[in-house]
Amino acid sequence: MNCTDFLSQLTDYFDGQISPELLEEVRTHLAGCKHCEVVLNTTRRTIEVYRDNQIYDISDDLREKLHSAIMTKCLEKKRA
Amino acid sequence: MPAIQSTGTEEIHPDVALVERAREGDAAAFEQLVRQYERQIFRVAQHITQNREDAEDITQDTFLKAYEKLDQFQGNSKFSTWLVRIAVNESLMRLRKRKTSKTVSMDEDVQTEEGSIPRDFAEWRPNPEQIFDQNELNDILRRTIQGLPPGFRTVFTLRDIENLSTEETAEALGLSIPAVKSRLLRARLQLRERLSRYFRQRKEGQPA
Repeated sequence: MNCTDFLSQLTDYFDGQISPELLEEVRTHLAGCKHCEVVLNTTRRTIEVYRDNQIYDISDDLREKLHSAIMTKCLEKKRA
Repeated sequence: MPAIQSTGTEEIHPDVALVERAREGDAAAFEQLVRQYERQIFRVAQHITQNREDAEDITQDTFLKAYEKLDQFQGNSKFSTWLVRIAVNESLMRLRKRKTSKTVSMDEDVQTEEGSIPRDFAEWRPNPEQIFDQNELNDILRRTIQGLPPGFRTVFTLRDIENLSTEETAEALGLSIPAVKSRLLRARLQLRERLSRYFRQRKEGQPA
């Protein structure tokens, strides 16, 4: 397995959807390739940093405002 | 490492009963569905459009459309996936109207490999959370994801931020599973490459 093959398996590796044979090849490649080890670690951190820091979470005030607007519009629709 | 993918379930989802009641005119049941998903729909819309006012409008329009079209919900997919699909379509339509981006279609495969081939091989040390305060970190994360093509941004948002499965993401976007996987890989690698500029381990003597 070379670095390009490794990258093509990255998504399935993260998802735990990789066959035992391929997993073995991935592990062997990782053990001997510092660059791919860094790519794996920092890609995992990329996902985690976005997941742990919700950049677009909604404030309680805005949520209430939106919620009321949605329900008002839907009920108007129902009456129409 | 734990699998990042969430697993589907064969059991009947509690939303099915709520949708059924809402169809029969029970406003409280529909309101419960709105409560459950308004936060998620807002986040998805803001991630795709990168604009808060658009996200507010899209959140309202999504639920209004869902309400009008409840009869069309087949129950083959989860109600939340169906809602996300409406929100994605509304969001992409907004982007097209704004015309700030050349590629706003999910069907269009983005040909550029720029940033998809790793070039930065430095570990992130110390952790980004230790280097930057919350505002700075959020600013970096926002600027970085804004730079992704909308199609990649959308797949990353659904799959990695909102934790939809690959199958659900494919369904919500009208894409094949291989297309989702290919976009997801490139989105993750491009984000990683761009974030590395901020988070990479500094060599000694190099300013932070």
